[in-house]
Amino acid sequence: MHDLVTKIIEGRRPLTEVFRRLKKHRLAMIGAAIILALVLIAVLAPFIAPHDPIEQNLEHRLLSPNTEYLLGTDNLGRCILSRLIHGASVSLQIGVMVVGIAAFVGVTLGLIAGYRGGLTDELIMRIVDILLAFPGIILALAIAGILGPSLYNVMLALAVIGWTSYARVVRGAVLSVKEKEFVEAARALGTGEARIMFRHILPNVMAPVIVMATLGMAHVILAAAALSFLGLGAQPPTPEWGSMLNDGRAFMRSAPHLTIFPGLAIMVTVLAFNFLGDALRDILAKA
Amino acid sequence: MLTYVIRRMGLMVFILLGVSVITFSMMHFVPGDPAEVIATERYGEEITTETIEFVRAELGLDQPVYIQYFRWLTNVLRGDLGYSFRTDRPVLDEILTRLPATVQLALAGMLVALLIAIPVGIVSATRQYSAVDNISMFGALLGVSIPNFWLGLLLILFFSLYLGWLPVFGRGGIEHLILPALTLGTGMAAITTRLIRSSMLEVLGQDYIRAARAKGLKEKVVIYKHALKNAMIPVVTIVGLQFASLLEGAVIAEVIFAWPGIGRLLVDSIFARDFMLIQGCILFIAAMFVLVNLLVDIFYTYLDPKIHYEAK
Repeated sequence: MHDLVTKIIEGRRPLTEVFRRLKKHRLAMIGAAIILALVLIAVLAPFIAPHDPIEQNLEHRLLSPNTEYLLGTDNLGRCILSRLIHGASVSLQIGVMVVGIAAFVGVTLGLIAGYRGGLTDELIMRIVDILLAFPGIILALAIAGILGPSLYNVMLALAVIGWTSYARVVRGAVLSVKEKEFVEAARALGTGEARIMFRHILPNVMAPVIVMATLGMAHVILAAAALSFLGLGAQPPTPEWGSMLNDGRAFMRSAPHLTIFPGLAIMVTVLAFNFLGDALRDILAKA
Repeated sequence: MLTYVIRRMGLMVFILLGVSVITFSMMHFVPGDPAEVIATERYGEEITTETIEFVRAELGLDQPVYIQYFRWLTNVLRGDLGYSFRTDRPVLDEILTRLPATVQLALAGMLVALLIAIPVGIVSATRQYSAVDNISMFGALLGVSIPNFWLGLLLILFFSLYLGWLPVFGRGGIEHLILPALTLGTGMAAITTRLIRSSMLEVLGQDYIRAARAKGLKEKVVIYKHALKNAMIPVVTIVGLQFASLLEGAVIAEVIFAWPGIGRLLVDSIFARDFMLIQGCILFIAAMFVLVNLLVDIFYTYLDPKIHYEAK
């Protein structure tokens, strides 16, 4: 990972160049198109969902896909398609919030650790070491489990474990950037520490952060769905994809569509972010 | 080498101490008064203030936090992780009873992953940018993105419910192991395939490979005898580090397939709010993870004599 980060930073491609290459990358474009579609679906959910996602209709329970309910209904007679449509906004919100918080905290602490060095660096990085000693999801599982099942606790838990990798990467990047002439020049001009860190160094270490955040969206959405699947995340009647899968388990024999569609939604979303993230990494790292 | 191992051990002790502090403080994040919560879990809803105070004194919750931690740590070092509220058995016993099932599942998952990843990775690298390579790399991306809990359910749907070939859940003969191992191994196979491919590609570009080819050695010998051996060095570390995702995956696979391992124990204890057991499981898993990482690191230095850790 460190070599890759150095490569990305040394590469320092201008933004327009990155976009130009991205446009030519087929998988990246497919990923971006899916993400755009998901965002639109999430925003327009109340208008495009054919039914109310939480309204129960016991007369219509466990229907197979048909003309009125395109993807069928669940055990409480709720429209699967409508629930999936509303679920898009739940998953995207989780992803954006967790990645946003984790990246903000991680980048800030990584910057400080790398720039300040010494005891501050030692302290921050040892905390990172300790948190990384836990398999991530399992720590999140325990945190969410102890705080009690809820979507917020899952987000909190994922943010608590998520910031460490950003901190580690940014610190490494800062170490190589801070010796550069332009930083020295800024220092010689009497620029303040905070300004050097955030205005001069930060923009130069953002490329790997963007790659990590894109791949992180995939990771967080998957992890949150897994925790909800285990019953720790979204609580009924929230239309969350992972918990929909969990609800469908009991009816696998009679109504397999309850299992198939939510899983497909998760996979397509995760795949889209992975497509885009992978392409970004390749493009930014190519010297 | 020895200095490195000793330094690495020192770091491990430090990390384990940190892990213990985090695990210990978890109990203090239980919403509400821990003594009351524990008393309720243990003796039911109708508890008196005396019972709560009794529990508080018994668990030492009336002491200052650092004394609580110290006492807890001394017990942990003696192998005493407390008692499960639910079964009243020692936490360590509960964990050790479940350990073999998890180890078996993890090894089977790893086997599945390597059986897929090694051949696919080699073929992909030797025929870079061919159709085979493109398909396997797309497959790898798919493998990373497919939720393992969904994959597990699909496998049950197809192989157990539709075809009726394999049992849906439980632990027993080899037929019980197949679906959970596939669920667990797929994601790891995807990651490992990509690593083997890139590692092979790097090695294939080296001068000694060109030299081997120039000597007129058969392509098979070049690839399997010269390249593969060197390409496997980074792979060993990664496979070791994948242990974390293997443990994470095991939680899911164990829940879906009702596999009686530590992962399922952890999830069950979370829903039963059996805090001692949660704490014990987390500590045990983290300690295992730290140990495996240490072993991988040390093993790595033996594999690759080029690495001089002293210099670092």
